[in-house]
Amino acid sequence: MFFRRYGLQSGTVLMAAVIFVILAVGSPITWLHFDIYSSLMSTVPVTQSGIIALTLTLVVIAGEIDLSFGSVMAVGTWVFISCHQPELGLIAGIAAGLGVGLLNGWIVVRFGIPSLVATIGAWFFWAGIVLVGTSGVGAGTPSGFVTNLLTGRIGGYVPAEMPWMFAFAIVLWILLNRHRFGAHVYLVGDNEQSARMMGVRSDRVRMGVFALNGAAAAFAGISATMEAHYFWPTVGSGAMLPTVAAVFLGGTSIFGGRGTIFGTFVAAFVIGAIEPGIVSLGLTGFYTQVIYGAVIVIALIVQSAVRGRAER
Amino acid sequence: MDAPDEQTTNLLELKGISKSFGEVRALEEANLTVGRNEIVGLLGDNGAGKSTLIKIVTGFHRPDGGTITWKGQPLEHLTVQRARDLGIETVYQERALADLQSLWRNIFMGRERTTRFGLLNVGAMRAETESLMVDFLRFTSQAVTPESYVGSMSGGERQGVAIARALHFEAELIILDEPTMGLSVTETRKTLDFVRGIKSAGKACIFIDHNIFNVHEVADRVVVIDRGRTAGQFKTSEITVTDLIGRMQHLAETGTLDGAPTAKAGV
Repeated sequence: MFFRRYGLQSGTVLMAAVIFVILAVGSPITWLHFDIYSSLMSTVPVTQSGIIALTLTLVVIAGEIDLSFGSVMAVGTWVFISCHQPELGLIAGIAAGLGVGLLNGWIVVRFGIPSLVATIGAWFFWAGIVLVGTSGVGAGTPSGFVTNLLTGRIGGYVPAEMPWMFAFAIVLWILLNRHRFGAHVYLVGDNEQSARMMGVRSDRVRMGVFALNGAAAAFAGISATMEAHYFWPTVGSGAMLPTVAAVFLGGTSIFGGRGTIFGTFVAAFVIGAIEPGIVSLGLTGFYTQVIYGAVIVIALIVQSAVRGRAER
Repeated sequence: MDAPDEQTTNLLELKGISKSFGEVRALEEANLTVGRNEIVGLLGDNGAGKSTLIKIVTGFHRPDGGTITWKGQPLEHLTVQRARDLGIETVYQERALADLQSLWRNIFMGRERTTRFGLLNVGAMRAETESLMVDFLRFTSQAVTPESYVGSMSGGERQGVAIARALHFEAELIILDEPTMGLSVTETRKTLDFVRGIKSAGKACIFIDHNIFNVHEVADRVVVIDRGRTAGQFKTSEITVTDLIGRMQHLAETGTLDGAPTAKAGV
């Protein structure tokens, strides 16, 4: 009963365990010491955009996709930098991300454009805007109270990014599983027409998930920049592959209507461990992309097979 | 006692309803009235506009023209939520279920029970679903629980869920769009009994079915829709089912209900 109900999550945890064993056996000096985990706890939530993977999970459950979040990270961070005051900049940056997300959602809903296409367009557009606005030149980051709040080291060891990712996961879990909005996210992704017939405001729900994803992207971009102490206009340009891979590896269905925050959370760390894992095993880092790509395709094949079985 | 106008006005009146989808004119000046505690059968060919008319009543489609009156009050900008607040419940032809979601999430689709801040009252919804399953659904399979996926259920069970959902929320008018489609003989019987139950509970019903026998059996009055218009109506107490079939055939051949040869009694 437990495995039937939590089959996908069990699979995700099992996979994480297997990968851990492989890495621990292959390179015990790396994987049996705390340093690598300290490093993962700072990179997975923001640089590898695990936090965005969590909100992207809601987008995908709603039957949509957002590929523009890498650029939205840059937009939010650019606004943050431009404010020259970290607290104000954080709020303004997140607001900008929220705004871009809302615009994405509005374009998808209002004009009925598939979100895949609309957000690829947005991805290039906003990346271009930031490059034009900054002339492609980086900048130092203002630092202050929020720098410590977002990227400090708790007790000198644990990166603050980690509790932030936990906080996002808990809030999003409640939103998705214990709030009317989340119930509607599942319904819209499962059968949009049924949901509308039963009075679910599908347009609002879909705009809502895009807005959330935009805000999370800005938050992650700003945190990643604070961590690096320097703003690159190309921040977020490498975020797409690991983030999308984490969502699908975590068992969220590309067909919509099915997926969990828990699955994405675990999968984000599995994905995050791939690059250092490859290097620690003595292989060239070029394998990383190969594995990201393979993970996405294999996860989708497994989903399709599971879906076919469920429909019979 | 009800006020006098409560009894004299119709429950629902649609007048001159038009609706186009792009170039396609689905409805042209269609009319429909439903009295209080009346079962109205809607008959018409595929694409005649029955489902479109129904979706205008439920607030899913907005009409291009015409008026909708509920208990003598005109309704403007009818939405799905508003229609439901008024007490209009619908079992759509498409069933309007979400296959990957649990039974209780389907029952409460679009009107989840919440506590504060929109937080779901999961316990209450599970418990209500449980009692619905005992009182109404009577699933033969013991494996079905409030957590079961609707997609794993049989056609009859899914139809039961759609009907139970409509019944659960204090409706005054229940609309059934092709409820017997794809059902076994026994399941069809159960559905027709359910429609009679609506009548004896003092509520009203719009009943759409391709099977003229089913419609004649349960309806007080039959309204015929043809190519987006109301072609005519009959009280079932005043026309035999054989006559009705003859009239429908005549309509299909000539485009009018009038002048059909009356079948002899007993034929």
